[in-house]
Amino acid sequence: MLKVENLNVFYGGIHALKGVTFQVPKCKITTLIGANGAGKSTTLRAICSLVKSQVGRITFQDKNITNIPTDDIVKMGVAMVPEGRKIFPNLSVKENLDLGAFTREDKAEIARDLKWIYELFPRLKERLWQKGGTLSGGEQQMLAVARGLMSRPKLLMLDEPSLGLAPLLVKDIIEVIQKICQEGITILLVEQNAFAALKISDYAYVLETGCLVLTGSGEDLLNDAKVKKAYLGE
Amino acid sequence: MKKQKEKICTIIALIILFILVYFAQNRLDAYKIRILNLGAIYVTLGVSLNLIYGFTGQFSLGHAGFMAIGAYVTALLVLPPYYKEVSFILEPLIWPFTVIHAPFIIALFLSGLFAALVGFLIGLPVLRLKGDYLGIATLGFAEIIRVIANNLPHITNGALGIKGIPEFTNLWWTIGVAVVTIYIIKGLINSSYGRALMAIRENEIAAEVIGINLTNNKVMSFTISAFFAGVAGGLFACLLTTIDPKAFMFVMTFNILAVVVLGGLGSITGTVIAAFLYNIFLEYLRPIEAGFNLGPVHFPPIPGLRMVSFSILLLVLILYKQRGLLGGIEFTWGGFFRFCNKLFSNKKSTEGSAS
Repeated sequence: MLKVENLNVFYGGIHALKGVTFQVPKCKITTLIGANGAGKSTTLRAICSLVKSQVGRITFQDKNITNIPTDDIVKMGVAMVPEGRKIFPNLSVKENLDLGAFTREDKAEIARDLKWIYELFPRLKERLWQKGGTLSGGEQQMLAVARGLMSRPKLLMLDEPSLGLAPLLVKDIIEVIQKICQEGITILLVEQNAFAALKISDYAYVLETGCLVLTGSGEDLLNDAKVKKAYLGE
Repeated sequence: MKKQKEKICTIIALIILFILVYFAQNRLDAYKIRILNLGAIYVTLGVSLNLIYGFTGQFSLGHAGFMAIGAYVTALLVLPPYYKEVSFILEPLIWPFTVIHAPFIIALFLSGLFAALVGFLIGLPVLRLKGDYLGIATLGFAEIIRVIANNLPHITNGALGIKGIPEFTNLWWTIGVAVVTIYIIKGLINSSYGRALMAIRENEIAAEVIGINLTNNKVMSFTISAFFAGVAGGLFACLLTTIDPKAFMFVMTFNILAVVVLGGLGSITGTVIAAFLYNIFLEYLRPIEAGFNLGPVHFPPIPGLRMVSFSILLLVLILYKQRGLLGGIEFTWGGFFRFCNKLFSNKKSTEGSAS
């Protein structure tokens, strides 16, 4: 569904991604793992054109989306949940969700999706009129994911959804991600929490200082000696 | 049903305002009318600055520049041609300004359009900047406008300024323009476009990833803001009847900024209240400068004491109410009735306990 070929990204003089090539197959969960500064977030930011200085080719559903404006990419069905719960703190939960559907105009469909979101995140429904900034960390992350879903994406990219959450909440988020995938939404996940992420992913890539070093199914990588040593702490 | 009720309330409020303006215009003395006129012009200026700063979160200090553009455009359009000939003594006014002449309303509209055009052209490159840097760049723009006005004697009459502008501005115009401005900007804020602006204010990256085009929306907001600043500039010119580049120094922007911050960023209601309070207060502090007795202590007349005491008042207010008078709260009819109910029931309960 998404193909990234020979992607290079530069931050000024820093060569952050050095020719990364990978694929995200339809209706599967694909994970990028790697240490801090390996280029995971940069990859996601490059896919939705938040980083403009890129060389390479990114295709989504056989259309070239390299360096086209972010809002056009969103309209094509790519949603990103940025790192660190970037919700709108002074707007209500409902307004946050409505803004998620900013690119859509089909009111009936939006209402249906809202219902689905409430089923997925019952806590958000309870807090609908509360300001986003007053939610707890876990709820804010849920809201960020929910807002991403409101654009009815074909591909949902999640940047470190478990960041700073208690282990129990991490489990919740991971379960939600699986549920979303079952609805037919393709997932591209970036995680530090390699163990939790690899367990649910169909495909996984390991990034190291801007290069892909390992590829395989989630299970393969879980059992890989190198991955175990470097990311799982065994 | 509820909406209809609110609409009726709004119409009633407008009729009351209409009657008040009628009495104010006919009964009050020129000095008081002048203060109210200034207050209403500040409402227009403040609400338009609130759109770009309070709602879109872009720190813009260019309002004096847009005002200046509006003021000069209006002045050049409403001045009768024969008058232009005699007042441009440094350099003769060049064609086509010598012959063009337009009624006040068209002049105001063109002032807004011209300011908006300049706002659009400035906004495109400048709005890539963020925060303080944007503030500095827009401040620089306003200064450029002022310097240009100073150095284009065959259009602006240079440092002498333009004098004898017909005094078209009265309460009907200033309050009318303020009401229209509030109506349009309020409608904008409540539309999905307004939501996009607030999303940009809250978090640019998040706004971008939900599909909001940052540049387009920011430039649009900046342009609309400039339009109303231009119209207000036109009203200002026809209120003072004389304009010169010195009227549009940074202090002007500062005044508008103070009104917006005082009223509360992101609150139109707050801006309206603050705009009138600001102007009325500044006037009522005037006697201080003439010297006064505080008990046995005699204070000699000190020029500028008014601004000093005003600054202290501002400091105190900001210390105790960081988010401004209203802190982002907006007037709604629903809220108004709830407030009245509460007031009423409180009175009842205290009466009950007293007996």
